[in-house]
Amino acid sequence: MKPLSAWVHISPWLVLVVLAGPVLAGLAGIVLPAFGWLPALGGDTPGFHAWRQLSEQPGLFRMVIISLVSGLLTTAVSLAIVSLFVAGWSGTRAFRAVERCLSPLLSVPHAAAALALMFLIAPSGLLARWVSPWLSGWQQPPDLLIVNDVWGFSMMAGLVVKEVPFLFLVTLAALRQCHAGDRMRLARSLGYAPMAGWFRAVFPALYPLIRLPVYAVIAYASAAVDVGLILGPTSPPPLSVAVLGWLNDPRLDMRFMASAGALLQVLVTVGALSVWWLGERLVTGISAGWLVSGGRRCADRWWSGAGLVGVMLTVLLAASGLLGLLIWSFAGFWSFPANWPGQWTMTTWERAVLLLGDPLRNAALVGVVATLLSVLLVLGWLENGARSPLRATRLPQRALYLPLIVPAVAFLFGLVMLQALLGIQPGLASVVLGHLVFVLPYVYLSLSESYRRMDPRWIQLARTLGASPDRAFFRVRLPMLMAPCLTAAAVGFAVSIGQYLPTVLLGAGRVTTVTTEAVALASGGDRRIVAAFALTQAVLPAVGYALALGLPALLMRRTRRIRP
Amino acid sequence: MKGLKLDHLQIALNDTVLLRLDARVRPGEVLAVMGPSGSGKSTLLSCIAGTLDPVFRTGGCVQLDGRDLDGLPPEQRQVGLLFQDALLFPHLSVAGNVLFGVPRHHADRREKVEALLRDAGLEGFGPRGPQTLSGGQKARVALLRTLAAEPRAILLDEPFSSLDATLRGEMRQYVFDRIRRAGVPALLVTHDREDAIASGGHIVEL
Amino acid sequence: MRREWKISFRLMMVLLFTPALSTAQPDPDDWDSVLEEAGGQTVYWNAWGGEPRMNDHIAWAARELESRFDVEVVHVKLSDTAEAVSRVLAEKAAGRDRNGAVDLIWINGENFAAMKREDLLFGPWAESLPNFPLTDPDNNPAVREDFTVPVEGYQAPWGKSQVIFYHDAARLPEPPRSMPALLEWVSANPGRFTYPRGDHFLGTTFLKQALLELRGQDELFYGPIDEETDVVGATRPLWAFLDQLHPHLWRQGRVFPGGGSQLRRMMGDGEIDLALSFNINEATTGLLNYELPPSVDSYVMDEGTIGNVHFLAIPYNASHKAGAMVLANFLLSPEAQLRKQDPEGAGGNTVLSMDRLNPADRDRFRDLLPGPATLAPDELGAPVPEPHPDWTLALERLWLERYGVQ
Repeated sequence: MKPLSAWVHISPWLVLVVLAGPVLAGLAGIVLPAFGWLPALGGDTPGFHAWRQLSEQPGLFRMVIISLVSGLLTTAVSLAIVSLFVAGWSGTRAFRAVERCLSPLLSVPHAAAALALMFLIAPSGLLARWVSPWLSGWQQPPDLLIVNDVWGFSMMAGLVVKEVPFLFLVTLAALRQCHAGDRMRLARSLGYAPMAGWFRAVFPALYPLIRLPVYAVIAYASAAVDVGLILGPTSPPPLSVAVLGWLNDPRLDMRFMASAGALLQVLVTVGALSVWWLGERLVTGISAGWLVSGGRRCADRWWSGAGLVGVMLTVLLAASGLLGLLIWSFAGFWSFPANWPGQWTMTTWERAVLLLGDPLRNAALVGVVATLLSVLLVLGWLENGARSPLRATRLPQRALYLPLIVPAVAFLFGLVMLQALLGIQPGLASVVLGHLVFVLPYVYLSLSESYRRMDPRWIQLARTLGASPDRAFFRVRLPMLMAPCLTAAAVGFAVSIGQYLPTVLLGAGRVTTVTTEAVALASGGDRRIVAAFALTQAVLPAVGYALALGLPALLMRRTRRIRP
Repeated sequence: MKGLKLDHLQIALNDTVLLRLDARVRPGEVLAVMGPSGSGKSTLLSCIAGTLDPVFRTGGCVQLDGRDLDGLPPEQRQVGLLFQDALLFPHLSVAGNVLFGVPRHHADRREKVEALLRDAGLEGFGPRGPQTLSGGQKARVALLRTLAAEPRAILLDEPFSSLDATLRGEMRQYVFDRIRRAGVPALLVTHDREDAIASGGHIVEL
Repeated sequence: MRREWKISFRLMMVLLFTPALSTAQPDPDDWDSVLEEAGGQTVYWNAWGGEPRMNDHIAWAARELESRFDVEVVHVKLSDTAEAVSRVLAEKAAGRDRNGAVDLIWINGENFAAMKREDLLFGPWAESLPNFPLTDPDNNPAVREDFTVPVEGYQAPWGKSQVIFYHDAARLPEPPRSMPALLEWVSANPGRFTYPRGDHFLGTTFLKQALLELRGQDELFYGPIDEETDVVGATRPLWAFLDQLHPHLWRQGRVFPGGGSQLRRMMGDGEIDLALSFNINEATTGLLNYELPPSVDSYVMDEGTIGNVHFLAIPYNASHKAGAMVLANFLLSPEAQLRKQDPEGAGGNTVLSMDRLNPADRDRFRDLLPGPATLAPDELGAPVPEPHPDWTLALERLWLERYGVQ
């Protein structure tokens, strides 16, 4: 068999292994120790010892509640903002403007966004400086617990800032799929005001299309580690952060309790998802009558106003936060109530350039390799589906959301334990594989639509002109899908750049990237250098997108010139 | 035996028979198949070209120049396909599109392309991008590309329906002339009676 | 660019195939063979990464090692040195007695004591380093004893640290110079002082500083804790002091900063008026870095402050012992020590003895400009020696029990 055909043949199975393998193996790696079984550490008597120890951890109940509330509240607020805004403003100029602002925001890694927000809202942050002392009267930063607040509200705000762009772009794609325009025209012609019409005619068809992404948001928000480390409460921290702490504890017997904690995190996420699912049932039941009640308006102006305010706030918070990073990275000494730094300097960047070498190289290397592997696997899988639509294996599709829904801290921890048991050296190779698990789903989601939409007649034509399936793929399919492929690669690269947990856990600290450095420095370090790292981290994905947009135009021109 | 032979061909989907056809087309001849949309015309062409979705079940057999086509992949059938849209590959130049069709064992592939273009009155169009051509020019290049592959039969899927009325007659003339000159059997599916009549061959109604 | 890729590739190969390589034990006394063996090795140096200035210094040393000795150095940044200890311990438990993941650790105190006790260290090697005699060990006992535990050549000295307090002289011209004075001042100015969490080494150091001042340098604290030691009784004055202090701390003592760099940031923002550090150059580097106001200044308590020496140790199962020794020797060279002591560099005092240096090097040390906010040696005074590591662990545990969860 030719290499490509062989690849096409096996890639669905490889995808399945890549997606489900680490998750299931990782879960197995925590379930056994959680119940006392880990012979390498002397655990050979199964029992509930680890759970007893876990239940005695001070503040455990609050950790669980914080994680649960964070998962549900973050998602509810983000979804409300997005749907109110889309309902009230679709097709307006404001909508297009927001669309342009939110897309780049999506590529900003979670950690950078969280750092930007921290610099903005902390008691000594940008906002406080801008309103002091003329408005607030503060000569010193107020003694307020805003960042790292006990109930994690600033952490949830940080998550909302990132989840709104995500849900917004997912919704945009779904709107086209469910013919929202036609539905709205119909509803409007029947006399429904935009809001009332949208929630009756569009939302019920739209929601099933975005349900899985919403679940992914719930899962992420209930188990986020990087945002939790930067903005979350500290005593006690959210459960996911606590689990990471227990995992890193020098006392090896803590591994049993840490496993139990990781398993508890899975239960908490499943709990959050279940509560949400029950909520869905409830809303469906209650709204059945409302949908056909015939009410033509529902305080339209008020609700669409709320949607606009929510979206604008998200954009403004993120934008001014990023601006804050930029200011800090060039700031000299900046005493508190001053609105701007007293001095400007390049020394921060001079130092950063020296420190950024390894982290940048590692981030780029891991990102490029993981993205390349993902694109190859996804292309093979999609080509397999295109060639044999009957046999197209649907199994990988079901596994697609597995890594996005099972809490990463749980299964990655299990993988670390397996890695140690098998004597595999932590390093770049394991980190690349870890990234692959998270990059691949996004590459698939980004590429599959274009692949499916490509007119099948192109390939039929190429085949009747004498091209073998492989030649048709290389000479027709690939060149014609070059732009979507590059976009998918840029998405994959952005996802890889943002990964914190797989890098620190599977690399055992040996593989440093801009992301791990930014998070590590965040806890206390010099704001200027943190700002420089966070900015670099935020800019890297943008470089990927710029390449993805610029390359096709360049390639196009070159092909034309070379081929007669 | 030369030509295209459809021997009790039958196409079915979920136990529903979509069409039955028994026909023979000699080299240089055009058989016109007519029917309203949804009657399975395009399915028929896919079946002959070998690109039929496997959800369809087929019976009977298709023979080309005495060779049974059943089970052969499309690229080995030597059956050319011409669609309603020209479908010129946007990433290749005009010459590149035609070159794509020329079999690889040919010695002077580029010269052959030049000759084909010259013959079609498209001399000097080679390096241009397909987007720069008019509708009629695109249709001609698409035909050249199909002919360049040296097919033993040509299938035409509503090839003129996207052209405006004046161009249409001209293109019909050109396409049928070239097919006759090439001396290959052709099968035309259309819902336009004028197309069918202009083909000058037998007409089958589905 | 191509070299970078080659390095990455080599790194990947090393990581993939390390178990297949074998390591012979280098002989520290045959320095030429150590140098030869070190060539081409990659040393995984596990060092606390919470101080950007120190990270800069480590990055500089890594570049020098690569160009001079063909030894690649990877700084594995730890948030706590105990992470490296637990990794070596885990490797020992898993039976991996060779090809360990850690080659060199920046270490001292309780972590050194634990590793030495558990036989997790390679050695003795430190006294064979060509640069070791420059420390004049016979007249400088600090390089042979770590928190009262004898070093015995199992770790090489790297630098000296001493606790200093720093304050913004513009806002606080007369800082408190004893623990009772501190309590008095904080009570009058609530929210203007705090110290790092008790499980962070700087936090524990503040506890030790307070304990040794409140209870005196009792001999009890300079020996190990056994079953008969009345730990709670001995530390009672400390807890009484903290119970009084905490309500007046920053955020009412409900949250504690994560470390020294966070304290420095809070000083820069004006959130607090007084902070402490284990780096005598803290105020100067912060000032040069634009992190602290120009009016910042350092001082020590009237009864002195705790000081110690930090070291470099090699785990028993390290993969690249020769490279690690070459690195440790380089860090002990006058050139590296000079750069480390420079207030504009990492900061901290050298472990080298001026008498043992050649005149040119001695002049260079003498010509180092004192930092504008750094104390001169006579202002620093003699350091208060560190108690036995058992007390560090005990204080940490008791602090977490009392104040760990709010």
